[in-house]
Amino acid sequence: MDPLILKSVKKTYRLDKVEVPALVDIDLRIHPHCFTVLSGASGSGKTTLLNLIGCIDRPDEGEVTVAGQAVASLSDNALADFRLRHIGFIFQNFNLLPVLTAYENIEYPLLLTRIPATARRKRVHELLEAVGLSKHERHWPGQLSGGQRQRVAVARALATAPELVLADEPTANLDSQTGAAIIALMRAMQRDYRATFVFSSHDPKILAEADDAVLLQDGRVISHERRRSPGGVQ
Amino acid sequence: MSTLAIALRNLFRNRRRSLATLFAMMIGASSILLFGGYVRNIVYGLQTGYVQEGGHLQLQHRDYFLYGSGDPTAYGIANYDQVIDTLRKDPVLAPLLTVVTPTLEFGGIAGNFAAGVSRTIMASGVVVEDQNALRRWNDYGFPGAPEVMSLSGTGPDAAVIGTGVARVLRLCAPLHVPDCPSPTAKPAPTGAELPADVAILTAREGPTAGSEVANDGTRVELLAATASGAPNVARLRVVKAEGQGIKELDDIYVSLHLAQAQRLLYGSAAPQATAIALQLHHTGDIPAARARLEELLSTSLKGTPLAVYDFQTLHPYYGQTVGLFTAIFGFIAVLIGAIVLFTVGNTMNAAVVERTVEIGTLRAIGLRRSGIRRLFVCEGILIGVLGAALGVTVALILAGLINHSGLTWTPPGRIEPIHLHVRVWGEVRMLVDTALGLTVVAVISAWWPARRASRLQVVEALRHV
Repeated sequence: MDPLILKSVKKTYRLDKVEVPALVDIDLRIHPHCFTVLSGASGSGKTTLLNLIGCIDRPDEGEVTVAGQAVASLSDNALADFRLRHIGFIFQNFNLLPVLTAYENIEYPLLLTRIPATARRKRVHELLEAVGLSKHERHWPGQLSGGQRQRVAVARALATAPELVLADEPTANLDSQTGAAIIALMRAMQRDYRATFVFSSHDPKILAEADDAVLLQDGRVISHERRRSPGGVQ
Repeated sequence: MSTLAIALRNLFRNRRRSLATLFAMMIGASSILLFGGYVRNIVYGLQTGYVQEGGHLQLQHRDYFLYGSGDPTAYGIANYDQVIDTLRKDPVLAPLLTVVTPTLEFGGIAGNFAAGVSRTIMASGVVVEDQNALRRWNDYGFPGAPEVMSLSGTGPDAAVIGTGVARVLRLCAPLHVPDCPSPTAKPAPTGAELPADVAILTAREGPTAGSEVANDGTRVELLAATASGAPNVARLRVVKAEGQGIKELDDIYVSLHLAQAQRLLYGSAAPQATAIALQLHHTGDIPAARARLEELLSTSLKGTPLAVYDFQTLHPYYGQTVGLFTAIFGFIAVLIGAIVLFTVGNTMNAAVVERTVEIGTLRAIGLRRSGIRRLFVCEGILIGVLGAALGVTVALILAGLINHSGLTWTPPGRIEPIHLHVRVWGEVRMLVDTALGLTVVAVISAWWPARRASRLQVVEALRHV
């Protein structure tokens, strides 16, 4: 089952009295267990598309199906529950909760799913180990470097084992070396956890890593190039 | 990591703002409690005064309260000693009682014929030992030993008068009443001897044991109408002039032994009383005691034309004072509540603006709108609980300091200054009500910002700068 299908999706923003089309007739199918990058110039519609895929915004027209579920009919609460179980988010600014430690930030989505404490602890430690931050579990976000914060964010995004992980410009606020390390980490995590990763990015390093590359221009998909087979095997 | 724990951490993110809010709540709570403690003390003091004076309940002729002041002898209780005996022996009532005592109140004219002056008075005949027992009631733990009646240990013709009576009757000098200037206009001298008619009445009343002493200037004649309507006079020896706190009362107050008062009003006929005062161990026992009295009046005391009155009915001033202070307290509480409402609301609104991106992140992760609302309401609860707890603590400390400071004040109706006392400690209901009330206000303040936070669009919230 494809983790993500968009059919004839349209989204228009209204700036004062002017309507600005952000997405126009988007038809897109994201392959499972792939590393897919949405690229395009600023204002091309990458973030809007990512918001629709992430179910944090609704299209004006068209259908969005995530993990086999048409999300248009879901209520606000049902959408929140759906995001919790099926979608992980990685933000450009990391967006960790400053009052929670690294451990607690990763644990937070698991708390919402109400899984038992033992299973929760095991999962968090496994993820901390996977992102190489076992020794930093009690650190506050303010005590971590940018790269470390983004590692925590990656672990948090994968906490509930979602089918789909979305990342909006995840390396934009990192230096090139750290950015490269984060890309490598995400690639590894994507393979290990068999999740589908969708990025919006200008970063050529991410583009180089992509299994699929979707190019957007003026709210339209210009090209959808398949570069590698799922899992990154060429 | 519970919502409450996250809320607590969020509360201390902006320490200065949170502390300012808690400080405002603390001042609000402690102000309410200190004023409430001050009011409690006044109300308890007033209640203690009335209970020490006339008990919690009184049995009176059913019409005495409304019509008795015009003709007290017409509404006397003829068999009062039997009634008292029944009350004291009643197995239900007896455990509730501390004192049961008769009193006889009547109006008359007090005269100092040696000085050629007289004035109308209201006299009260009392059993001194019982009155002293009444004065020992101190259920609210006011400091100091109770003063015994000045009539204690005096002869049967002794009387205590108000300083106003002493002033008018020119008795200030012999009674050593301070601050009692002589009037500029002097009454026409009528001679030191009693008028012949008064002398006859006094002689008919007969000498009383212990009254055969030389007139040292403290003798007064008390003229009253007997039960049959004829005039009668008693010659009394004034042992003391006491200030009553209120000039109107000072100018008419006369207290004498019950037997003397009964002899004056009833002569050789069977003595009566105008009221039977019942003092209880606790004010809270009034409903039970009243119910039992009503039962007795319809059974073993059936046929006696008596009615039960509590001290609040007998002294409407008490209820008016309580009402006045309750209104002032309520006004202050509402005012402080409004300040707390806006302070906490402002703090929570600022928190929502500052944490808009966080709200977006939490919503994106999968937290429902209700979860966001719960988080901010929890912060409101914490501000409320912490602020109220601080307020209670500060109020208890300040009340302790005030109570041990030795400050005094003279409340209305008193002549001697009393210690300024603020009753906060032990006033559990007031403490709980105030803490709970302010917490509820804090939660209400947090509700609107919480609702606003929960309704933010995820995309808009994440875009917030």
